[in-house]
Amino acid sequence: MSYILIIGARSDIAKATAREYAKHGYDLYLAARNANELEEFANDVMVRSQRVVKTIELDILNYDSHPSFYEQFEESPLGVICAVGYLGEQSKSQTDFNEAKQIINTNYTGVVSLLNNIANDFEKRKSGFIVGISSVAGDRGRKSNYIYGSAKAALTAYLSGLRNRLYASQVHVMTVKPGFVATKMTKDMDLPEKLTAQPREVAEAIYKAQQKNKSILYTKWMWRWIMLIIRNIPEWKFKGMSI
Amino acid sequence: MSLLSWGKYPKIKNTVFRFEKEEILKPIIKTYRSIIPYGNGRSYGDSALSDIVIHMRPHDYFINFDEQKGLLHVQSGVLLSEILESFVPRGWFLKITPGTKLITVGGAIASDVHGKNHHVEGCFSECVQEFEIMLADGQVTTCSKESTPELFKATCGGMGLTGIILNAKIYLKKINSQFIDQTTIKTKNLKETFDAFEEYKKSPYSVAWIDCLAKGNNIGRCLLMVGDFRDDGQLDYSHQSNLSVPFDFPSITLNSWCVRSFNWLYYKKVKQRVSKQKVDIDTFFYPLDAIQHWNRIYGKKGFTQYQCILPKESSYEGLKEILEIISDSGKGSFLAVLKLYGKANDNYLSFPMEGYSLALDFKMDKGLFELLDKLDKIVLQYTGRIYLTKDVRVNKETFEQGYPQIETFRQYRKDHNMDKKFQSLQSQRVEI
Repeated sequence: MSYILIIGARSDIAKATAREYAKHGYDLYLAARNANELEEFANDVMVRSQRVVKTIELDILNYDSHPSFYEQFEESPLGVICAVGYLGEQSKSQTDFNEAKQIINTNYTGVVSLLNNIANDFEKRKSGFIVGISSVAGDRGRKSNYIYGSAKAALTAYLSGLRNRLYASQVHVMTVKPGFVATKMTKDMDLPEKLTAQPREVAEAIYKAQQKNKSILYTKWMWRWIMLIIRNIPEWKFKGMSI
Repeated sequence: MSLLSWGKYPKIKNTVFRFEKEEILKPIIKTYRSIIPYGNGRSYGDSALSDIVIHMRPHDYFINFDEQKGLLHVQSGVLLSEILESFVPRGWFLKITPGTKLITVGGAIASDVHGKNHHVEGCFSECVQEFEIMLADGQVTTCSKESTPELFKATCGGMGLTGIILNAKIYLKKINSQFIDQTTIKTKNLKETFDAFEEYKKSPYSVAWIDCLAKGNNIGRCLLMVGDFRDDGQLDYSHQSNLSVPFDFPSITLNSWCVRSFNWLYYKKVKQRVSKQKVDIDTFFYPLDAIQHWNRIYGKKGFTQYQCILPKESSYEGLKEILEIISDSGKGSFLAVLKLYGKANDNYLSFPMEGYSLALDFKMDKGLFELLDKLDKIVLQYTGRIYLTKDVRVNKETFEQGYPQIETFRQYRKDHNMDKKFQSLQSQRVEI
C-alpha cells in the first residue's frame, strides 16, 4: 500500500501537497472534477519524483457516485487528503440561495458523503489516515465570509467527531486550518505578506504534522494564536467589529 | 498587489498578472504596453519592474527528462532549487548555476546568469538547447541557437525585453556526489589575490570573498575558495535550514563599525594560507540561501548591489582604484565577491567578459549614488561594464559604453515591435 488519495486535487494546496508526498516516496491518486485537466500536473509530479500518479474523475456534489468512486481502486489508498474547497461570493450567497447551497455542499455535504465511505473502510481495516483541509474561517463567523466560514465550521466539527470515533481503530484524522495562503483562490486579495503562507509551506507542514499524527494544524503557525484571540473577543464587542 | 525586487528599492505600484495559461496571456500581451516578465523576484534592481508585470512563478511544471541526453524540459517558472531537489539525488546537477538557487529558469535565461565555473563553462545560455517564447504579437515561437540565432542572442541576457519565455530545455551535468572538495586560500592583498586566481584557474569552480573595508596595504585581501565535486557516490540531498530574518532591521543595524568587525572576524577565522574542507552543495554554491529574507537586514529603505567587470589586462589597476574609493567611503557592506571570468559569448547584452568582476552590496543611503557614479567613471575608464541584473541606477551613457552591441539589440527590438511592448523601469532609464 503506497498510494495517497488527494481529493480536490486541482487546488494549489492540493497540488503542493501532492508534490510533497511524491517527494517522500508515495504514489498518488489525484481526484477532481475534469480530471483530464490534471494530466499535465500528474506528468509534472512523475518527472519530479518518478512516482506513479493517476488521475480520477470525481464530482464532490454527485453524492450517489461516491460509493462507486471509492470502490474503483485496485489498491486502496494508504491515506486520504481532502482539499476540496469553494470560497464563493459572500454577497451573492446572501441573496442567491443557490450560491449559498453551492458553498455549503461543496465544503461540507459533499465531503461528508465521500469521507463517510472512506472512514468506514479505514475503520474496518484498522489503518489509514484522513487529512481534512478546513479553514480558520470556521473558527468564528465573520460578516465577510460567514457562509463559507459556517460550512468550514461544520467540517471542523465533523473531522473532530471522526477523529474521536476512529481513534479506537488506529485511524488518524487531522484537521488543517490554513490562514491566508497565496493561491488562485486569493489572487485578487491584498494579503499581508507576513501572515500569508505559500502553498508549498502549507504542504510541508501538512506532511510533517501528518507523519507525527498531529490532530489540528494551523498554517502559518501564528494563526493558532491569532484565532485564539479572535475566538475570545466577547460577542458584545465582536458584533460591532469589522475584521 | 505590487511586486518588489530583491533590493526592495524602488517601491512602486504595478499591475500584476499571475500567469495562468498561454491562452489567457496572449490577449494581455496584445492589449498592454510596458510589460515585463517577473520570475522569483531575485534580481536586485528595477529590471523586472514595470507598469504591467507578468508573474511567471506559478508556471512551474516539469515536462520531461531525457536521461540519455541529460536534457530537462521545464516551464519557465520552475526554480533552480526545485531542479536540484529532484535531480541531485539522481546524480544530476545544473551545468551553470548562480550564487542563489532561488531563481526561475526563465530568469536564468533572461539574465544569462553565470556562476563559479564561468571561466570553464560560460553562461547559462550554454546549457539551453531551446526555449519557447511569446513574442510581441502574442505568437509563440521555438528558439534555439541554430534555428533562430538572432532571437537567441537577443533573449539570452536580454532582461525579458524580447518576450515571455514559456518553457525551456536545458542540459544537466552528471555528478557523483553532493559534496565538494574545497580549498581555501587566504591572501594578504590584491596582488596576492590575483596571483592565487591564476594559480588555481584550472579548478572548475572558484570565487573570492574580499574584505572591502580593509585599508592601506591590506586592500584586496581575500579568501579564495576553489573546488570540484567529490566522487564518493553520496547523493542524499536533503535540506534545509529554516533560518529566517523575521522583519526589516532598523537601518542603523548595519553601521560601518559592525560591518568592519564582521569582515575582520570572517577573515581572521581562517588561520592557514591554504586549507581544505569537505562541503555540501548548499554551503559551496548557495551560502546565503540558507537565510530566508536576508535582504531584510538592510532595513526598510532597501539596498542595491554594485557589480562591475573589467577586462583582464586592466583589472588590477582598475579594481585597486575601486576598492580604495570604497574603503575610504566606509560604505562597503559585508564581504564583496571577486571572480575571474572566461571568454565573453556573443549574446547582445550578456554581462561576462574575460576579466575580473567585483560585486558588493550597499545599503540605500544618502550619498550612495554619488559614490557609485564615481565608481562608474573608473569602470568606463578601464572599458568595463555594469551587470544589469543587479543594477537600479546606472545612467544611459555608462550603460551604452559598456555594451558595444546595444545598437544591434535596439534595432532588433524595433524591427520586431518589442521596443514599446516590453519595457522595464531599467530599460526606460537607459533607453534600451
